[in-house]
Amino acid sequence: MKFAKLTKVALAAAVVAPMLSATVLADLKVPSMDYRTGPYAPNGIPFANGYSDYLSLLNERDGGIEGVKIVNPSCETAYNTKQGVECYEKLKDGALVFQPLSTGITYQLIPRTIVDKVPVYSMGYGRTSAANGKIFPYVFNFPATYWSQATALVQYIADQEGGMDKLKGKKIYLVHHNSAYGKEPIRTLESMAAKYGFTYRSLPVDHPGQEQKATWLQIRREKPDWVLMWGWGVMNQVAVKEAASIRFPMDHFIGVWWSGSENDVLPAGDAADGYLSGAFHAAGAGFPVHADIKKHVYGNGKGKGEIDRVGEVLYNRGMVAAMWTTEAIRNAMKIHGTKDVTGEMVRDGFETLKVDEARLAELGMKDFTYGIQITCENHEGPGKVAVQQWDAKAKKWSMVSKFYEPLRDITGPLIAEDSAAFAKENNITPRDCN
Amino acid sequence: MLYRETGQFKTSYQADQAIFPIAQDRWFIFGIIAIAVFVVPFLIDDYGANAVLLPFLVYAMAAIGLNILTGYCGQLSLGTGGFMAVGAYSTYKLFTAFPDLNLIVIVILSGLITAAVGVLFGLPSLRIKGFYLAVATLASQFFLVWMFNKFGWFYNYNMTGMINMPASTMFGLQLTGPGAHPAVRYLFCLGFVLVFALVAKNIVRGRLGREWMAIRDMDIAAEIIGIRPLYAKLSAFAVSSFYVGMAGALYFGIWLSSAEPVEAFDINQSFLVLFMIIIGGLGSIMGSFLGAAFIVLMPLVLKNFMVDGLDIAVVTAKHVEIITMGMLIIFFLIVEPHGLARLWTIAKEKLRLWPFPH
Repeated sequence: MKFAKLTKVALAAAVVAPMLSATVLADLKVPSMDYRTGPYAPNGIPFANGYSDYLSLLNERDGGIEGVKIVNPSCETAYNTKQGVECYEKLKDGALVFQPLSTGITYQLIPRTIVDKVPVYSMGYGRTSAANGKIFPYVFNFPATYWSQATALVQYIADQEGGMDKLKGKKIYLVHHNSAYGKEPIRTLESMAAKYGFTYRSLPVDHPGQEQKATWLQIRREKPDWVLMWGWGVMNQVAVKEAASIRFPMDHFIGVWWSGSENDVLPAGDAADGYLSGAFHAAGAGFPVHADIKKHVYGNGKGKGEIDRVGEVLYNRGMVAAMWTTEAIRNAMKIHGTKDVTGEMVRDGFETLKVDEARLAELGMKDFTYGIQITCENHEGPGKVAVQQWDAKAKKWSMVSKFYEPLRDITGPLIAEDSAAFAKENNITPRDCN
Repeated sequence: MLYRETGQFKTSYQADQAIFPIAQDRWFIFGIIAIAVFVVPFLIDDYGANAVLLPFLVYAMAAIGLNILTGYCGQLSLGTGGFMAVGAYSTYKLFTAFPDLNLIVIVILSGLITAAVGVLFGLPSLRIKGFYLAVATLASQFFLVWMFNKFGWFYNYNMTGMINMPASTMFGLQLTGPGAHPAVRYLFCLGFVLVFALVAKNIVRGRLGREWMAIRDMDIAAEIIGIRPLYAKLSAFAVSSFYVGMAGALYFGIWLSSAEPVEAFDINQSFLVLFMIIIGGLGSIMGSFLGAAFIVLMPLVLKNFMVDGLDIAVVTAKHVEIITMGMLIIFFLIVEPHGLARLWTIAKEKLRLWPFPH
């Protein structure tokens, strides 16, 4: 009897609920593809927390975006491509934007987005040539790509050596994750090596990156002047520890921005002091937005992680991703004059997105990152990258360089070549941006 | 009561040796095939295709392949992931070199190339057995994946080392690339799996299958009664790799349409397919399907039930899912070490006597 009653109530609720919600605006569906399990979880967790917490902040403090609440369903991918595809198919109905945080999953989604009309915002990862908006209308990878970053890191090296002409005869090695992600910078570095006359060599490390003894033995033997690293997950901390054990000078060892978080350097202790990495935003919890997150999100018990870890590098990375995403949704509402936006409208919002320094200050992120402007042709935006350094005593990252402009004479032809290959494979005619 | 063969008289050898000698079985299977072919394509959506049915069909194909080698011929192999990679890269190379070739032909050619590679790596099986052979096939797994990652020729020297399936059409319908209808992709895979499952069933019932089973049960005795181990073992490697190669071709070409060797074809892939045949039932074509269904569908069912049904946090659900899968595997192996296929047979035998078992 009781069960029958319960079912009736449930049925009634199921029938009535959609009628009720039809009268109010539909929520903004911004799904998360997290990985809180598997070998990459130590890096996936802070990013996911930062992303979700910023969305919660907008809900708690401002009542959503322009008064429309954000819903943030999440799905566990374990950094696995197949599970990522399942998550995408499960979440895509009504979703406004995807942030897969995995190069493999991004590659899977790129062709699908064209059909499903949902933008993918692969912030600083994924397919670099997606910066060409004429061929990849639904993919955005601002504020910078791996190729821009490779050119920025080489410029930093040149500055330390005393100019681009001093690169001649230097040895620059790349230790990289042996996957599509890790191989991204190779072509860029090769063409820079040819242009500036430095010796370049790539040393692949296989997934998940626990085993790097041979790699670092080779480095010890061949004594490169600089080592760059494209790593992720456990590979980063192993590399920093191995570099420390062969006494490689840490201030000549530069990681990609995915190899520059607290998780990567803390296990090596004091030996990691001076390690460098790329960055496009600041570290630390000293910005007004962090105070707001602690007050409105953690104060209300809505925080996804631990309050002490607010402000870690990858937490901030997730937060800045959510900031640009929500600004794009806001922009979409403005240009389309409706609060009921779709994935297609959000794509337009991304494509005309402008978040300048004044707007950053309004958002409580003054000097947190740099201003960006996206156009139809250029989905990469400014592409500027700075270098940050780890201080093992203070346990803090701090910026040690200016933001370098990418060398577009190097990346431009490579982007054109790779995006043209995609267009040819998939019979895409580049759209006209004028 | 309903499931009884009383009154079904066989009047020819052909009828007596049918795959499904009992009419009810036959109608049941025909019914399922009819639903799969005529009903499912109209209901299928992207989720159904990409997350449920395509993985099931691809893994069923791979499981049939491994079952031929391990279940029927008794040669333990851990190289499935590597052989799937051979199938996938053959498809990629053939398709980018000859874009006008029909995809059916390409998948079969990929299977044949994999068969050749399989024979090559099967050569050690003539000298070593059991665990030692497993280690030798493990070497092939690592070697093949390393090779596809190392040499640019295999991925057409692109910048990331990733292979992407170009768009293509068949009979005017888009089959690969963005915009391919899920039903088209599903039917393509289903066609392959149905035809080649039937072929496999008939191979294992014939002379070749009997030779394999003789080798599996006792190789010295088999040799004494006149079975050539060289021929039997290498043919098992060839046929098995042919199936695994086709599975790799479908896996890359139809299901995922982009892949990188280290993640898509790693050792976990080999283990997954091995678990499928152990749980499904060694030496059973039906078991390959049951095992693939169990390994592919069970995590999805558990996940969707916990997240959507019980509203458990996603990460907790993932942990529970991993634990539950492990426990279910152990449970099934304790209850029935011969796999789900054996449970299926027992169920049928019980059903024949029901409701009067004595």
